[in-house]
Amino acid sequence: MPFAGYMVVFLGIPLYVVIHGALTTDSNQLTLENFKLTFSYPSFRLGFENSVILSLWTSLAGAVFGIWLAAAVVTARPGGALHRITQSASGVFAYFAGVPLAFAFLAALGQIGVATVLLKHIGIDLYAHGFNISSMLGVGLCYVYFQVPLMIILITPALQGLRPEWQEAALGLGASKLSYLRHVAVPVLLPSVVGATLILFGNAFSAYATALALVGVTLDIIPAQIDNAINGNVLVNADRLGLALGVEMIFVILLVMVGYYLVQRRARRWLR
Amino acid sequence: MSVTPGLGGLGASEWIAQEVGGAPEPVRRRRRGRPRLWRVTIFALAAIFFIGPLLAAFKYSLLERSGSYGFANYGQIISNPAVRTSLLKSLEIAGAASIIVIVLMLPTVVWVRLRQPKLTPTLELVTLLPIVIPPVVMAAGLEELQLNAPQWMVSLVFNHPLTALTPFYVVLAMPFCYRAIDTGVRAIDLHTLVDASRNLGASWFRTLLHVVLPNVQTAVLGAMFLTVALCLGEVVIASLMLYNTFPVELVALNLNSQLGVSVAMSMITLAFTFLLLFTLSFLAQRRHGRTTARAL
Repeated sequence: MPFAGYMVVFLGIPLYVVIHGALTTDSNQLTLENFKLTFSYPSFRLGFENSVILSLWTSLAGAVFGIWLAAAVVTARPGGALHRITQSASGVFAYFAGVPLAFAFLAALGQIGVATVLLKHIGIDLYAHGFNISSMLGVGLCYVYFQVPLMIILITPALQGLRPEWQEAALGLGASKLSYLRHVAVPVLLPSVVGATLILFGNAFSAYATALALVGVTLDIIPAQIDNAINGNVLVNADRLGLALGVEMIFVILLVMVGYYLVQRRARRWLR
Repeated sequence: MSVTPGLGGLGASEWIAQEVGGAPEPVRRRRRGRPRLWRVTIFALAAIFFIGPLLAAFKYSLLERSGSYGFANYGQIISNPAVRTSLLKSLEIAGAASIIVIVLMLPTVVWVRLRQPKLTPTLELVTLLPIVIPPVVMAAGLEELQLNAPQWMVSLVFNHPLTALTPFYVVLAMPFCYRAIDTGVRAIDLHTLVDASRNLGASWFRTLLHVVLPNVQTAVLGAMFLTVALCLGEVVIASLMLYNTFPVELVALNLNSQLGVSVAMSMITLAFTFLLLFTLSFLAQRRHGRTTARAL
């Protein structure tokens, strides 16, 4: 099967190179030293911390606003223009917009960005208050821009799976709107919401395009540090450290995926 | 995620199914009488947060060096040779990748569905694998490979971005394209079509090209559109391996304090990608109506 061969060559070989490089020394001996070093450098620890914090808050913010927006769109007229535009626009922003997004935010909220200048006119000086589009907060804001659409994509099927009959039954049996939400809608949706939020976390954790365009290799997050280690060569043995960081990233993503599959199994019980 | 499908692609199946298969039957819902506060609030917030930066970026892109407004930044797509060549390079890669993806994927999906349905979960798993590897890690692996590659490999593969990047973009596009093509193939009566064609003496190749392909054209087109969108946006691998593709050029322009041009090109990219996907959802809708009619 040519397909299997293709995947082995073009996915398997790079993956093998990463794992092999992370586990060996320059003289090709097996070692765990590279991993130990990535944990002992304070700069890598800072990068890891920053990556986790950035992924955490952008995934939570993305989840909250994503569900809210998805619910508002789902309850609108089905098949209408709003649905169609939301669907295509979500796809663009969630999957294909990394670099353009960064530049849109630079144009809006950069030092001489349109929104920055506008706000200054009405007396709010963002940069005097310590805001910077190249800071972790600025990058995070930009991440939320693709996290919300991704949440919409992930959660819309679950929201559509909530049958109107359930609400009618609950209300008919004398439940209030609030108790319908609390005892029916939330328990049914919870596994899907947790699963989607996990994906958002992994998504932000492995994302780099936006940060690369916005700040570059100087941002202290893991992907930028890998970039730096591979192309910058500031440290001795830097490329192997970069590969070790890469293996650690894959490990985190795998953990996220395992969590996703566990909650997804529960989600299937009621939906569909 | 950013331009490389990343982990988000894990949940993309429903979205792609709707993009290439048309919207599902509308669910009966209670009509809302008057606009509710919670809906109005979120729509207002979304309008500010999502449309605001785009409007700001558009205004910024119109600002010329002289301080007046005009379309000079957009003109650079033609007049600036660096921008033009990098765009052509990216388009070449996009074209090649979208063809390879179909040639690889369509026969595989058809074969698995007809002959080895038991392999379906394996195929699903394999096509999801690229998602587990963050693009930056893939890039690190390739970079390492490039450094240690023998001379013949360097001159054959790594010397030109087209040969160096296309194969890997195909891998990155796999999670999307498998979903798209699988949705299309599921929607037709594959067994009957293939049996009929084979009984009438057509070869496998002819069957695929003249019988299966026309029946799943929306799905195939969808897979190609998604691949093109991905290739035009992917920056991480190209940038780490130091190839000057279109998005890499945009980043370089910004570092050269030509943010206006970067922003203008970004607006073009976003508009183009949106149009691709929006057209696709219309094609799917039309196709959806026609296939049901024909099947009856």
